[in-house]
Amino acid sequence: MRATVLVRPKAGILDPQGEAVESSLRQLGFLVDEARVGRVIDLDVDAATADEARGEIERMCERLLANPLIESYEIEVAE
Amino acid sequence: MSEVAPRIAVLVFPGSNDDRDAAWALTALGGDARLVWHAEEELPEVDAVVLPGGFSYGDYLRCGAIARFSPAMQAVTAFAADGGLVLGICNGFQILCEAGLLPGVLRPNASLEFVCMDVPVRVERTDTKFTSRCKPGQELVIPVKHGEGCYHAPADLDDEQIVLRYARGANPNGSERDIAGVVNADGNVLGLMPHPEHAVDPLLGSGDGALVLASLMDAARERLYARA
Repeated sequence: MRATVLVRPKAGILDPQGEAVESSLRQLGFLVDEARVGRVIDLDVDAATADEARGEIERMCERLLANPLIESYEIEVAE
Repeated sequence: MSEVAPRIAVLVFPGSNDDRDAAWALTALGGDARLVWHAEEELPEVDAVVLPGGFSYGDYLRCGAIARFSPAMQAVTAFAADGGLVLGICNGFQILCEAGLLPGVLRPNASLEFVCMDVPVRVERTDTKFTSRCKPGQELVIPVKHGEGCYHAPADLDDEQIVLRYARGANPNGSERDIAGVVNADGNVLGLMPHPEHAVDPLLGSGDGALVLASLMDAARERLYARA
Protein backbone atom coordinates (compact mmCIF):
# COMPACT_ATOMS: atom_id res chain seq x y z
CA MET A 1 0.00 0.00 0.00
CA ARG A 2 1.43 3.35 -1.04
CA ALA A 3 1.77 5.97 1.65
CA THR A 4 3.31 9.37 2.22
CA VAL A 5 4.64 10.74 5.47
CA LEU A 6 5.02 14.49 5.95
CA VAL A 7 7.39 15.49 8.73
CA ARG A 8 7.37 19.12 9.83
CA PRO A 9 9.23 21.20 12.37
CA LYS A 10 6.79 21.88 15.24
CA ALA A 11 5.45 25.37 15.76
CA GLY A 12 7.88 27.48 17.74
CA ILE A 13 10.90 25.39 16.75
CA LEU A 14 13.61 27.45 15.08
CA ASP A 15 13.69 26.55 11.39
CA PRO A 16 16.67 28.28 9.76
CA GLN A 17 16.01 26.48 6.47
CA GLY A 18 12.50 27.89 6.35
CA GLU A 19 13.84 31.36 7.11
CA ALA A 20 16.43 31.09 4.33
CA VAL A 21 13.82 29.91 1.84
CA GLU A 22 11.46 32.70 2.86
CA SER A 23 14.14 35.34 2.52
CA SER A 24 15.14 34.04 -0.94
CA LEU A 25 11.51 34.07 -2.10
CA ARG A 26 11.17 37.65 -0.88
CA GLN A 27 14.29 38.62 -2.80
CA LEU A 28 12.63 37.18 -5.89
CA GLY A 29 9.67 39.44 -5.26
CA PHE A 30 7.23 36.87 -3.86
CA LEU A 31 5.18 38.04 -0.90
CA VAL A 32 5.52 35.13 1.51
CA ASP A 33 5.57 34.67 5.25
CA GLU A 34 6.18 31.89 7.75
CA ALA A 35 7.92 29.49 5.34
CA ARG A 36 8.81 26.19 7.02
CA VAL A 37 10.80 23.35 5.52
CA GLY A 38 9.96 19.74 6.35
CA ARG A 39 10.52 16.34 4.82
CA VAL A 40 8.50 13.95 2.65
CA ILE A 41 8.90 10.19 2.86
CA ASP A 42 7.10 8.05 0.28
CA LEU A 43 6.92 4.35 0.95
CA ASP A 44 5.14 1.08 0.23
CA VAL A 45 3.87 -0.69 3.30
CA ASP A 46 2.68 -4.27 3.52
CA ALA A 47 -0.79 -4.01 5.04
CA ALA A 48 -4.28 -5.40 4.37
CA THR A 49 -6.18 -2.20 5.13
CA ALA A 50 -5.48 1.50 5.18
CA ASP A 51 -6.01 1.56 8.95
CA GLU A 52 -3.45 -1.17 9.43
CA ALA A 53 -1.00 0.71 7.21
CA ARG A 54 -1.62 3.89 9.15
CA GLY A 55 -0.95 2.16 12.48
CA GLU A 56 2.25 0.64 11.17
CA ILE A 57 3.49 3.99 9.84
CA GLU A 58 2.65 5.69 13.13
CA ARG A 59 5.00 3.25 14.84
CA MET A 60 7.66 4.05 12.23
CA CYS A 61 7.24 7.76 12.94
CA GLU A 62 7.50 7.31 16.69
CA ARG A 63 10.61 5.16 16.43
CA LEU A 64 12.54 6.67 13.55
CA LEU A 65 10.94 8.95 10.99
CA ALA A 66 10.22 11.90 13.29
CA ASN A 67 11.75 13.21 16.48
CA PRO A 68 8.72 13.99 18.67
CA LEU A 69 10.63 16.69 20.53
CA ILE A 70 10.85 18.94 17.48
CA GLU A 71 8.78 17.42 14.71
CA SER A 72 5.15 16.60 13.99
CA TYR A 73 4.04 14.19 11.29
CA GLU A 74 1.09 13.55 9.05
CA ILE A 75 0.32 10.27 7.28
CA GLU A 76 -1.46 9.91 3.96
CA VAL A 77 -2.40 6.43 2.75
CA ALA A 78 -3.57 5.94 -0.84
CA GLU A 79 -6.98 4.24 -0.46
CA MET B 1 54.47 3.95 39.95
CA SER B 2 52.68 4.35 36.66
CA GLU B 3 48.92 4.30 36.75
CA VAL B 4 46.86 1.54 35.19
CA ALA B 5 45.58 2.44 31.72
CA PRO B 6 41.77 2.57 31.69
CA ARG B 7 40.24 0.64 28.81
CA ILE B 8 38.12 2.81 26.57
CA ALA B 9 36.06 1.70 23.58
CA VAL B 10 35.84 4.18 20.71
CA LEU B 11 32.92 3.28 18.47
CA VAL B 12 33.36 3.42 14.71
CA PHE B 13 30.29 3.93 12.55
CA PRO B 14 30.28 4.13 8.77
CA GLY B 15 30.99 7.84 8.35
CA SER B 16 32.79 8.40 11.65
CA ASN B 17 35.89 10.48 11.01
CA ASP B 18 37.23 11.45 14.43
CA ASP B 19 37.47 7.92 15.78
CA ARG B 20 41.21 7.64 15.24
CA ASP B 21 41.89 11.11 16.61
CA ALA B 22 39.90 10.21 19.73
CA ALA B 23 41.79 6.94 20.12
CA TRP B 24 45.09 8.75 19.57
CA ALA B 25 44.28 11.43 22.17
CA LEU B 26 43.12 8.89 24.76
CA THR B 27 46.27 6.84 24.20
CA ALA B 28 48.49 9.94 24.44
CA LEU B 29 46.86 10.68 27.80
CA GLY B 30 47.59 7.21 29.13
CA GLY B 31 44.47 5.30 28.12
CA ASP B 32 44.08 1.96 26.41
CA ALA B 33 41.80 2.84 23.50
CA ARG B 34 40.08 0.15 21.45
CA LEU B 35 38.19 0.79 18.23
CA VAL B 36 34.84 -1.04 18.10
CA TRP B 37 32.98 -1.45 14.79
CA HIS B 38 29.29 -0.51 14.84
CA ALA B 39 28.19 -4.03 13.85
CA GLU B 40 29.57 -5.56 17.06
CA GLU B 41 26.78 -6.71 19.33
CA GLU B 42 28.94 -6.70 22.43
CA LEU B 43 31.52 -4.29 23.77
CA PRO B 44 34.89 -5.60 24.85
CA GLU B 45 35.51 -5.34 28.59
CA VAL B 46 36.01 -1.60 28.98
CA ASP B 47 35.77 1.12 31.63
CA ALA B 48 34.33 3.82 29.37
CA VAL B 49 32.94 4.37 25.89
CA VAL B 50 33.54 7.29 23.53
CA LEU B 51 31.23 8.01 20.60
CA PRO B 52 33.35 10.02 18.18
CA GLY B 53 32.57 12.81 15.75
CA GLY B 54 31.78 12.39 12.10
CA PHE B 55 28.74 11.78 9.94
CA SER B 56 27.49 8.35 10.94
CA TYR B 57 25.37 6.79 8.21
CA GLY B 58 25.78 9.98 6.20
CA ASP B 59 23.65 11.91 8.72
CA TYR B 60 20.66 10.65 6.71
CA LEU B 61 17.17 11.46 7.99
CA ARG B 62 18.48 13.33 11.09
CA CYS B 63 22.01 13.25 12.41
CA GLY B 64 22.39 10.31 14.79
CA ALA B 65 18.93 8.91 14.02
CA ILE B 66 20.16 5.82 12.19
CA ALA B 67 23.26 5.19 14.29
CA ARG B 68 21.16 4.82 17.41
CA PHE B 69 19.79 1.53 16.06
CA SER B 70 23.17 -0.04 15.29
CA PRO B 71 24.02 -3.24 17.20
CA ALA B 72 26.91 -1.58 19.05
CA MET B 73 24.59 1.19 20.28
CA GLN B 74 22.32 -1.40 21.90
CA ALA B 75 25.39 -2.55 23.83
CA VAL B 76 26.25 1.06 24.73
CA THR B 77 22.71 1.64 26.01
CA ALA B 78 23.02 -1.41 28.28
CA PHE B 79 26.50 -0.27 29.35
CA ALA B 80 25.14 3.18 30.29
CA ALA B 81 22.15 1.69 32.11
CA ASP B 82 24.65 -0.24 34.22
CA GLY B 83 26.36 3.02 35.20
CA GLY B 84 29.08 2.85 32.53
CA LEU B 85 30.76 6.09 31.48
CA VAL B 86 29.85 7.33 28.02
CA LEU B 87 31.21 10.43 26.31
CA GLY B 88 29.69 11.59 23.03
CA ILE B 89 31.57 14.14 20.98
CA CYS B 90 29.78 16.10 18.23
CA ASN B 91 28.11 13.37 16.15
CA GLY B 92 28.43 11.22 19.27
CA PHE B 93 26.39 13.84 21.16
CA GLN B 94 23.79 13.81 18.38
CA ILE B 95 23.56 10.01 18.59
CA LEU B 96 23.15 10.06 22.39
CA CYS B 97 20.29 12.56 22.07
CA GLU B 98 18.54 10.52 19.39
CA ALA B 99 19.04 7.37 21.48
CA GLY B 100 17.35 9.04 24.44
CA LEU B 101 20.46 8.67 26.62
CA LEU B 102 20.66 12.46 26.79
CA PRO B 103 17.84 15.03 26.78
CA GLY B 104 17.25 17.34 23.83
CA VAL B 105 18.27 17.27 20.20
CA LEU B 106 20.83 18.97 17.92
CA ARG B 107 19.40 21.00 15.03
CA PRO B 108 20.99 22.71 12.02
CA ASN B 109 23.08 25.73 13.05
CA ALA B 110 21.01 28.91 13.20
CA SER B 111 23.32 30.45 10.58
CA LEU B 112 22.86 27.39 8.35
CA GLU B 113 26.62 27.53 7.90
CA PHE B 114 29.10 24.87 8.86
CA VAL B 115 31.25 26.30 11.65
CA CYS B 116 34.88 25.37 12.15
CA MET B 117 36.75 27.39 14.76
CA ASP B 118 38.21 27.46 18.24
CA VAL B 119 35.60 28.52 20.79
CA PRO B 120 35.85 29.48 24.46
CA VAL B 121 33.68 27.18 26.57
CA ARG B 122 32.87 27.84 30.21
CA VAL B 123 32.88 24.94 32.67
CA GLU B 124 29.65 25.25 34.68
CA ARG B 125 30.22 22.21 36.86
CA THR B 126 33.43 20.61 38.03
CA ASP B 127 31.74 17.93 40.12
CA THR B 128 31.08 15.66 37.15
CA LYS B 129 33.04 12.64 35.99
CA PHE B 130 33.96 14.56 32.84
CA THR B 131 35.16 17.88 34.28
CA SER B 132 36.78 16.99 37.59
CA ARG B 133 40.15 18.28 36.40
CA CYS B 134 38.75 21.73 35.55
CA LYS B 135 38.45 24.74 37.81
CA PRO B 136 35.00 26.24 38.53
CA GLY B 137 34.16 28.78 35.83
CA GLN B 138 37.26 27.92 33.84
CA GLU B 139 37.18 28.81 30.16
CA LEU B 140 38.46 26.07 27.89
CA VAL B 141 39.42 26.77 24.31
CA ILE B 142 38.26 23.82 22.22
CA PRO B 143 37.49 23.64 18.49
CA VAL B 144 34.02 23.03 17.08
CA LYS B 145 33.33 21.82 13.55
CA HIS B 146 29.73 21.04 12.74
CA GLY B 147 26.70 21.96 10.68
CA GLU B 148 24.12 20.75 13.19
CA GLY B 149 25.09 21.83 16.67
CA CYS B 150 22.17 24.04 17.66
CA TYR B 151 21.02 22.45 20.90
CA HIS B 152 17.30 22.40 21.54
CA ALA B 153 16.58 21.62 25.18
CA PRO B 154 13.42 19.98 26.48
CA ALA B 155 11.37 22.43 28.57
CA ASP B 156 12.15 20.55 31.77
CA LEU B 157 15.94 20.44 31.36
CA ASP B 158 17.51 20.83 34.79
CA ASP B 159 20.13 23.59 35.00
CA GLU B 160 22.28 21.10 36.89
CA GLN B 161 22.64 19.08 33.70
CA ILE B 162 24.31 21.92 31.82
CA VAL B 163 28.01 21.21 32.23
CA LEU B 164 29.50 23.38 29.48
CA ARG B 165 28.34 26.63 27.91
CA TYR B 166 29.80 28.71 25.11
CA ALA B 167 31.30 31.86 26.59
CA ARG B 168 29.19 35.00 26.33
CA GLY B 169 29.05 36.17 22.71
CA ALA B 170 30.84 33.06 21.44
CA ASN B 171 27.85 30.80 20.73
CA PRO B 172 28.72 29.44 17.27
CA ASN B 173 25.46 27.73 16.38
CA GLY B 174 22.48 29.32 18.12
CA SER B 175 22.22 26.72 20.90
CA GLU B 176 19.59 27.53 23.49
CA ARG B 177 21.02 28.98 26.70
CA ASP B 178 24.50 28.78 25.09
CA ILE B 179 24.59 25.07 25.90
CA ALA B 180 27.71 23.27 24.65
CA GLY B 181 27.53 20.12 26.75
CA VAL B 182 24.95 18.27 28.89
CA VAL B 183 25.10 15.35 31.27
CA ASN B 184 22.32 12.86 32.01
CA ALA B 185 20.52 12.86 35.37
CA ASP B 186 22.65 9.96 36.63
CA GLY B 187 25.87 11.76 35.74
CA ASN B 188 27.49 8.98 33.72
CA VAL B 189 26.70 10.13 30.16
CA LEU B 190 27.97 13.41 28.72
CA GLY B 191 27.60 14.87 25.26
CA LEU B 192 29.32 17.97 23.90
CA MET B 193 29.70 19.63 20.53
CA PRO B 194 33.30 20.89 20.96
CA HIS B 195 36.05 18.36 20.20
CA PRO B 196 38.32 17.79 23.21
CA GLU B 197 40.28 15.18 21.23
CA HIS B 198 41.44 17.95 18.88
CA ALA B 199 42.79 20.02 21.76
CA VAL B 200 45.20 17.85 23.67
CA ASP B 201 48.47 19.46 22.60
CA PRO B 202 49.27 23.20 22.94
CA LEU B 203 51.41 22.83 19.82
CA LEU B 204 48.16 22.53 17.86
CA GLY B 205 46.52 25.56 19.45
CA SER B 206 45.17 24.35 22.78
CA GLY B 207 45.65 21.59 25.30
CA ASP B 208 42.39 22.33 27.14
CA GLY B 209 40.50 19.35 25.75
CA ALA B 210 42.89 17.09 27.63
CA LEU B 211 41.24 18.22 30.88
CA VAL B 212 37.94 16.70 29.77
CA LEU B 213 39.47 13.46 28.51
CA ALA B 214 41.76 13.11 31.54
CA SER B 215 38.77 13.64 33.85
CA LEU B 216 36.95 10.86 32.02
CA MET B 217 39.98 8.61 32.40
CA ASP B 218 40.25 9.35 36.13
CA ALA B 219 36.64 8.24 36.53
CA ALA B 220 37.19 5.21 34.29
CA ARG B 221 40.24 4.24 36.36
CA GLU B 222 38.20 4.51 39.57
CA ARG B 223 35.62 2.22 38.06
CA LEU B 224 38.33 -0.21 37.05
CA TYR B 225 39.75 -0.26 40.60
CA ALA B 226 36.30 -0.61 42.14
CA ARG B 227 35.70 -3.72 40.05
CA ALA B 228 39.11 -5.27 40.71
